[in-house]
Amino acid sequence: MANAASLPADAPAAGADRSPMARMAAAVTSRLVIIVPYVWLLFFFLIPFLIVFKISLSTTAIAMPPYTPVLDFADGVAGFVSGLRELSFDNYVWLTQDPLYFNAYITSVVIAAISTVLTLLVGYPIAYGMARAPASLRPTLLMLVILPFWTSFLIRVYAWIGILKPEGLLNQVLLGIGVIDTPLIIINTYAAVFIGIVYSYLPFMVLPLYSSLEKMDNSLIEAAQDLGCPPIAAFWKITFPLSVPGIVAGCLLVFIPAVGEFVIPDLLGGSQTLMIGRTLWNEFFANRDWPVSSAVAVILLLILIVPIVIFQNAQARAQEAGR
Amino acid sequence: MNATWSRFNITSITLGFAFLYLPIVLLVVFSFNASKLVTVWGGFSTKWYVSLFHNQGLMDAAWVTIRVGLISATVATVLGTLGALALTRYTRFRGRVLFSGMIFAPLVMPDVITGLSLLLLFVAVGLDRGFMTVTLAHITFTMCFVAVVVQSRLITFDRSLEEAAMDLGAPPVKTFFQITLPVIAPAIVSGWMLAFTLSLDDLVVASFTSGPGATTLPMKIYSQVRLGVTPEINAACTILLGLVATGVIVASIVNKRREVQRRRDEQAAQRG
Repeated sequence: MANAASLPADAPAAGADRSPMARMAAAVTSRLVIIVPYVWLLFFFLIPFLIVFKISLSTTAIAMPPYTPVLDFADGVAGFVSGLRELSFDNYVWLTQDPLYFNAYITSVVIAAISTVLTLLVGYPIAYGMARAPASLRPTLLMLVILPFWTSFLIRVYAWIGILKPEGLLNQVLLGIGVIDTPLIIINTYAAVFIGIVYSYLPFMVLPLYSSLEKMDNSLIEAAQDLGCPPIAAFWKITFPLSVPGIVAGCLLVFIPAVGEFVIPDLLGGSQTLMIGRTLWNEFFANRDWPVSSAVAVILLLILIVPIVIFQNAQARAQEAGR
Repeated sequence: MNATWSRFNITSITLGFAFLYLPIVLLVVFSFNASKLVTVWGGFSTKWYVSLFHNQGLMDAAWVTIRVGLISATVATVLGTLGALALTRYTRFRGRVLFSGMIFAPLVMPDVITGLSLLLLFVAVGLDRGFMTVTLAHITFTMCFVAVVVQSRLITFDRSLEEAAMDLGAPPVKTFFQITLPVIAPAIVSGWMLAFTLSLDDLVVASFTSGPGATTLPMKIYSQVRLGVTPEINAACTILLGLVATGVIVASIVNKRREVQRRRDEQAAQRG
């Protein structure tokens, strides 16, 4: 800022007579700005998905890597064609035949959906309270919401084990004050998974909600109240509709990763919890079945593609609005 | 505003923050527990911290994690900043939709998919799994977070400053380093920190892409947690929490100072 301000105002406009060399250098740098991250993401983000898809169509083999055929152009076109012929949809057929996978997908989506609603119910009052807080206090409150996000996810999930165990802190407190006579069994149930997801993903919900609530013009509410609208009706008629973009962003930020969540169901849900992230992990690490785990990943991605596209469009719109 | 800062709002914030912080506080408190039982208080002791530092496996894993974090966060910050510039400055180029898709999708992509796909890539190109593959994987998923953080700063950036510099004859690269970079520096710093903590934190992607000799701290903690909760893990977690909290608080104080300084400069510039 200070730099620009201190430049003399009557300096000649030299932009027009820049040499062709300089102009070419500028064109090259602007290309590089795009190309470097673009190529990186193509190679490390997009191509891996194509490989996952390819391997989901191969069959398991006892080898390293443990799948066959290895489809590539190294053997020439003939080798590629014969490789194509060996591709099979067996893994997908296998996924439909074993109800385990189908149930895991359904359970994951249902658990993620319920947890998203719970997170919204917990997060909305917090975001609302923050947006209504005195302006001087808001940066501090914002930082307090973000801070847990900076601390390890694994640690935060782990912390709940000590609280929810049968002999854990929650039961000690509840037994101590006489609310219950026998310890509650929470750990290794779906209830523990819900608690874990709500807790871990709460900042993702609160932040977009807060930013949409904070932008709101408070005079709208005052006007409604002056006209005799009761506060609760004013909330549903004005505040809530205006916060919908925040609700959509928050819910997607919770729902999409929660469907494929691994750590929370694994540590808090116990062996009974059937979620697709765990299924994929077990296929890969325990059964060493790379083709089937690839097929599981492809189907999971297909389930998530619609919410991901909605999320991207919402992000792009927010970006346009900010321009 | 104060009138609407009602009892309801105060209550919801208090309960919300209690929910967010109580588990972390309890974790820290019980790391100083003398008893081996994690949930029964047996007096104050720092013995778990001592035994932690004698746990060679954990120490090695911590060192791997820090190195992976430093390298991947730095590369991811460069790539992510370039990505943010490409998104905000070049509104039309071929494949822009795909590009913005590849920036935003990793933010919500389940870890298991990212981990599996990167592993299969590394196997396909014949790269041995280890330190290098974990670092590459971490660069890939953290650079998108950096891009989003930097991009949000670039959107609110006053472009007339850059245009003024270019009109005065500054070449684009010089304009970038003298005008743009100082203004977006705080966003770049927080992008780096975010990338570093995400890398420090990651269990799933690291488990897929790591190989022998490159066990990271979360992988180590995870394997110990599965065997049972121990106070030693509480101690390790407390140290990590302390490091992160210190870093964030220092960064926010530095940011605030800069902001104050910037405002003073602006006022001085306007007066002058």
